[in-house]
Amino acid sequence: MTPVQYRRADSASDAIRLAGTAGHRLLGGGTNLVDLMRKGVERPDTLVDVTGLPGAIEEAADGSIVIGAGARNSAIAAHPLIRSRYPMLSRAILAGASAQIRNMATAGGNLLQRTRCVYFADAAGSRCNKRAPGSGCDAIGGFTRYHAILGASPACIATHPSDMAVALAALDARVHVAGADGARALPLTDFHRLPGDRPDLETELAPGEVIVAIELPPSRLAPRSDYRKVRDRASYAFALVSVAAGLVIEDGRISEARIALGGVAHKPWRAWRAEAALQGEAPNEAAFVAAAEAELAGAEPRPGNMFKVTLAKRTLAAVLSGLCEDQA
Amino acid sequence: MAITINGTPVDPPADPRVSLLDLMRDRLHLTGTKVGCNQGACGACTVLIDGQRVLSCLTLAVQAEGRTVTTIEGLGADGLHPLQQAFLEHDGFQCGYCTPGQICAASAMLEEVAAGMPSYVTRDLAAPARLTREEVRERMSGNLCRCGAHNGIIDAIMAVAEEQAA
Ligand SMILES: Cc1cc2nc3c(=O)[nH]c(=O)nc-3n(C[C@H](O)[C@H](O)[C@H](O)COP(=O)(O)OP(=O)(O)OC[C@H]3O[C@@H](n4cnc5c(N)ncnc54)[C@H](O)[C@@H]3O)c2cc1C
Ligand code: SF4
Ligand code: FES
Ligand code: FES
Repeated sequence: MTPVQYRRADSASDAIRLAGTAGHRLLGGGTNLVDLMRKGVERPDTLVDVTGLPGAIEEAADGSIVIGAGARNSAIAAHPLIRSRYPMLSRAILAGASAQIRNMATAGGNLLQRTRCVYFADAAGSRCNKRAPGSGCDAIGGFTRYHAILGASPACIATHPSDMAVALAALDARVHVAGADGARALPLTDFHRLPGDRPDLETELAPGEVIVAIELPPSRLAPRSDYRKVRDRASYAFALVSVAAGLVIEDGRISEARIALGGVAHKPWRAWRAEAALQGEAPNEAAFVAAAEAELAGAEPRPGNMFKVTLAKRTLAAVLSGLCEDQA
Repeated sequence: MAITINGTPVDPPADPRVSLLDLMRDRLHLTGTKVGCNQGACGACTVLIDGQRVLSCLTLAVQAEGRTVTTIEGLGADGLHPLQQAFLEHDGFQCGYCTPGQICAASAMLEEVAAGMPSYVTRDLAAPARLTREEVRERMSGNLCRCGAHNGIIDAIMAVAEEQAA
């Protein structure tokens, strides 16, 4: 690790001021950043500890829930309002990492965690367009079990590893950010980018901007929603495929559907096509399979992750069936 | 501001790169906490900060300034902790390398259950948490054991949980 200075931001304005300085990086729980510094992938000169940023989880006047960026992942998952109104979010967070890591990780840091592509982490030995733009991508033609099947590019086939962000994508969450030029909010589905020819640019966050909060709008379908994660071991592993989903069924027809997939793309993958396919359909196996087919029709797997296409379809159909059993 | 480790105030290191784990082991000679992977993947370095279980390998020591750290040495300061005794009785270890982390994690885990916190395998998120073997497995999945002592570890934790409930 290269030498580094450390300071604590006392307030959001302090964090914004310090975040704008060259070489400065914000430090949440450190579960991703400290590891990547040790591996030589990240080399900040100054760490600005933002764990002191507000982390309250509160209901706004319009019924939205606002989660402060400093909220620890474990606190979000266990909060009574999240458990009762947005169970898919509690389950997604609880499916991620371990209890120790969830106690450390912050909401802001979770959204900005970097890919777990092994070539990205191997600063000394592998070529990677994300870490060193223009150097090539050793994943293509390499070990691709954890890599993308949707939305990838010839420059990068990495996946976004967050479970929490998959549920947030399905829930139409908004990310509140602030910088020297003021504050703005953007949909979580527009926050992360597809790799294109700039895989080093991962989000729409401008240099110097700070995540201050995540907002969950009121939702009719969220109270009966679910999150299912398929992985190589039963717990404490990143997703091969995950599904966050919620349905509203009225008069025997699907009137609303919200679905997102994890483990398949460079960003949490909102399944717009599957949602459109389900609209107005009777909730049965045939409709669920058709929706899954529609979503995965554009999949471009690699030799090492062909299995993910079938796995994603089956997991999606199974989660939708499970939601109907609950509502029956 | 000091870091309070097992009741003793300690100055934070001048170099912010020093992890809490390295501060304790290399500079304070508190070697009860083990270093396994040094990258968040094994749980051997688990300690409690302000009562919550965390990984000391990914915690910079400076982040613990003003906080209270408890290690296995602290848990066992007044004679064997009930979990230590139970690990002995139920063969909760073989080589013992993962054991300090397992016991620190288990002590916090029992508090989390008492506080009603759910896990990924908790079916009804609205109901109070109940400790089953399946729940212990999931809640302790952040602590690996290369010797495969897991069945003994779960027996030991269940025994302490049942004692506490009685
Ligand atoms: C062994 C292991 C297993 C894991 N398994 C999973 C898993 O299964 N599922 C999963 O979802 N995750 C998993 N994780 C990842 C974990 O969830 C993330 O590391 C964590 O959420 C990051 O949060 P943090 O607060 O520690 O971020 P940090 O490491 O502190 O920071 C991450 C990034 O966010 C930036 N940042 C932090 N806060 C802000 C802010 N407020 N505004 C702007 N930028 C900010 C930092 O500058 C940095 O670039 C795992 C991690 C490990 C080590
Ligand atoms: S897939 Fe992306 S992150 Fe992985 S080596 Fe290729 S460019 Fe780098
Ligand atoms: S040494 Fe900290 S998790 Fe392995
Ligand atoms: S007892 Fe040897 S690693 Fe667990």
